[in-house]
Amino acid sequence: MIVSIQLNGKKIVDDISPDMTLFKFVREHGCYSVKCGCETTNCGLCTVFFDGKPILSCAMLAARADGHRVETLEGLQKEAEEFGQFIADQGAEQCGFCNPGMIMNAIALFRENPEPTDDEIKRYLAGNLCRCSGYEGQLRGIHAFMEYKKQGGAACE
Amino acid sequence: MRVVGQRIRKKDAMQLVTGKPVYMDDVAPKDCLIVKILRSPHANALIEDINIATAMKVPGIEVIYTWKDVPNVRFAQAGQTYPEWSPYDRLILDQHVRFVGDAVAIVAGENEACVDRALKMIKVKYKVLPALLDYHESIDNEILVHPEDNWESLYPVGADNKRNICSHMEESHGDLEGTFADCDIVLERTYHVPAVNQAMMETFRTACYIDTYGRLVVLSSTQIVYHVRRILARALGIPQSKIRSLKPRIGGGFGAKQTVVTEIYPAFVTWHTKKPSKLIYSRYESQIAGSPRHEMDIRVKIGADKDGTLRAFDLYNLSNTGAYGDHGPTTAGLTGHKSMPLYTGNMEAFRHVFDVVYTNTLATGAYRGYGATQGIFALESLVNELADILHMDPVELRLKNVVREGMVMPAYFNEPAASCRLDECLVRAAEMIGWKDKYPCRDMGNGKVRSVGIAMAMQGSCISYVDVGSATISLNEDGSYRLAIAAADMGTGCDTILAQMAAECLEVSVDEIFVSGADTDSSPYDSGSYASSTTYITGQAVVKAATELKKRICTLAARMLECDVDDLEYDGHVAKDIKTGKSVTLQDIGFKAQCFNDLALQVTESHTSPVSPPPYMAGAVEIELDKETGHVEILDYAAVVDCGTVVNPNLATIQVEGGLGQGIGMTLFENIQYSDKGVLRNNSLMQYKIPTRRDVGTLRVEFKPSYEPTGPFGVKSIGEIVINTPAPALAQAIHNATGGYFRDLPITSEKIAMYCLEHENE
Repeated sequence: MIVSIQLNGKKIVDDISPDMTLFKFVREHGCYSVKCGCETTNCGLCTVFFDGKPILSCAMLAARADGHRVETLEGLQKEAEEFGQFIADQGAEQCGFCNPGMIMNAIALFRENPEPTDDEIKRYLAGNLCRCSGYEGQLRGIHAFMEYKKQGGAACE
Repeated sequence: MRVVGQRIRKKDAMQLVTGKPVYMDDVAPKDCLIVKILRSPHANALIEDINIATAMKVPGIEVIYTWKDVPNVRFAQAGQTYPEWSPYDRLILDQHVRFVGDAVAIVAGENEACVDRALKMIKVKYKVLPALLDYHESIDNEILVHPEDNWESLYPVGADNKRNICSHMEESHGDLEGTFADCDIVLERTYHVPAVNQAMMETFRTACYIDTYGRLVVLSSTQIVYHVRRILARALGIPQSKIRSLKPRIGGGFGAKQTVVTEIYPAFVTWHTKKPSKLIYSRYESQIAGSPRHEMDIRVKIGADKDGTLRAFDLYNLSNTGAYGDHGPTTAGLTGHKSMPLYTGNMEAFRHVFDVVYTNTLATGAYRGYGATQGIFALESLVNELADILHMDPVELRLKNVVREGMVMPAYFNEPAASCRLDECLVRAAEMIGWKDKYPCRDMGNGKVRSVGIAMAMQGSCISYVDVGSATISLNEDGSYRLAIAAADMGTGCDTILAQMAAECLEVSVDEIFVSGADTDSSPYDSGSYASSTTYITGQAVVKAATELKKRICTLAARMLECDVDDLEYDGHVAKDIKTGKSVTLQDIGFKAQCFNDLALQVTESHTSPVSPPPYMAGAVEIELDKETGHVEILDYAAVVDCGTVVNPNLATIQVEGGLGQGIGMTLFENIQYSDKGVLRNNSLMQYKIPTRRDVGTLRVEFKPSYEPTGPFGVKSIGEIVINTPAPALAQAIHNATGGYFRDLPITSEKIAMYCLEHENE
């Protein structure tokens, strides 16, 4: 079947199998930041934006994205870098495999709620599993990012 | 020190946080055949007939292999130095399948859909045999997991496949029975730890292709590139010179990837078809056919005096290695020799005996902690119980008996505790958690109880007399350096901390050094990243190589300046003849090295060690337990670690926090359950619950760095020890809240609630 999906701002028309997941679709179109960790919607690694909202791409058919906007970290490089450096400053990226999904969801969180409490952060990101960090370093990074944003987003690096 | 000890960003950090394509499936050739495995539905069976004719007709199928197609040469998948302690008990495919999930056929085709279709069309006729599922019944059972005559054990570990024994060993010191008889109190308990999974976020995976020279290239998510090469050479029956093994970034390992879990299948496909291929395990496959922790029963006996002097220790562990013996003998050894030495203080006698046995369950492997985790859960839990009986504070009881710097540890191969601040770790962890005020518990008056628990841990810093680490450092023309290693950065940051050590020696910044590896074609030999060895062993190789290289740089500079080396002043970037004031820059030296020069500014050094200095730590936890639901909320976890010199405080801290997270998971949630037919139930992250960020509570980490004289810059290790305290500390906190002693992991809410219900009126 033919679908037309706007992927990271670029319109892609493709002939796909009806059972293709959105996860497979975005990777086949070069968005390698999107990972799969579980196939059962438990890990959050495959998070992408669907019309601006975070969804799990392993649990959505590419066919359903026909006519919609899909974004991955490849399309959010500036935001990824701006936020990610605070994770990097903690060493909390570790193996890095879960980072794109977590960072996508963190970007979504801050778009919705620029000053979340710790409880709100933990709830929002609860579906983003990480096996390396114990999460504490990610939380420190998020705090540092919020502080930086509060100061007007200056003094990068 | 300028660079060692600094909070430096990981060299790959920004690439990782921006989602760049650096992992195996991001960089694998795009035209790979897709490889999948047909798996046995039976726990023990013989393949009487296997028919692939129909499956081969599926359009797109390239090849299907069965047991008839592979060499009849047994090998071990465990990534260990030759001769491995693990038995040679595997074939690539075997007519005899030994657990639910064992490999039956390899299918390769041009896409996933055709391979999935073909998998369903392979007709297998099994002769189903009775299965041996209970490891307590393994020894001398009439069901033999490995009846075959070409089963082989290379090392004298007491193995006997005709008795289902993968290993049996004994070790003792002092007059054990006499000391027990003389003690005021002797306490004995048995503990159980299930075969929990590493659950690294990136599942097992490998891609293979043929290179310019017709050699097999194995691009694998592995911690052990050199062992991969050796194991594949044996299994495929080809020379090691025909194989190149390399790793891209790894999405987590934790020991899982110290075993050759997936590599053999695409390697076999590519070697025979000469076409690129890849195998990516699903999470389901990683759970049911991975390489988890060894399930164990640990029986510990302690002899003590009324005043709390711990004098005699007897530890027996029965370890279930599952269908294959990878890492079986070695893990079981750690259960004793990385637990009991904690109590060297007043130890007069000890004994450690273990059996490692085969069953028709999932084969096990290496998981952070590697047997020590099981032993420490048992021993530390028993010491906490003993403290209750003696009416002593568990912290005081430990302080009276802990190993202290300068002591010789009989239960640790008589190695000296040359660097040890365990006592200070314990005092500080107790202080951080508020032990004096909070022990044992406070009833909150709303059905909830707040309580605390504490435990200590140790590990090693390498495998003594075995591990080899190497480093090659070379000076580039522009004055930058290349550091080549075959240790595997699996997210831990070893590329960065090894560069920090090199930078310290060479008097440059970390940014002036780039790191390459791990690749058997271009990295010097390294056993690989396991046994907590990289910082301690490979680190020392880096120091040796950097030191020698610096000497050579000065020699070449002196030649250029036509002066004596002794008259040279060198600051890492400029070499100056102090007599004439003339100087050359590092860049000048770099260019000179490549023009009319015979002094190689490239040095390779190796390191190995006769000792494995233990890091030590203490962990204390405060929980709030709901007696009605059994829910345990972790309020605060305080961990204080003596890992020797801390090379990079950020990365060391995250190691601790991550290890605590995994330890909390295995203590409270992560379970391994089989059906009565041997089918593993916890086969997805839906059933196998690893902690989310709402489950771990606040983790606080501090360091008490000792100085290890045999380590580079005084380092020991940190990678594994950090998973060892949560189980005993949480078990004690749960005891303090409920009165129940929980000796069987995981301690689920259900178990706690049932206990509270049964003891409501006490």
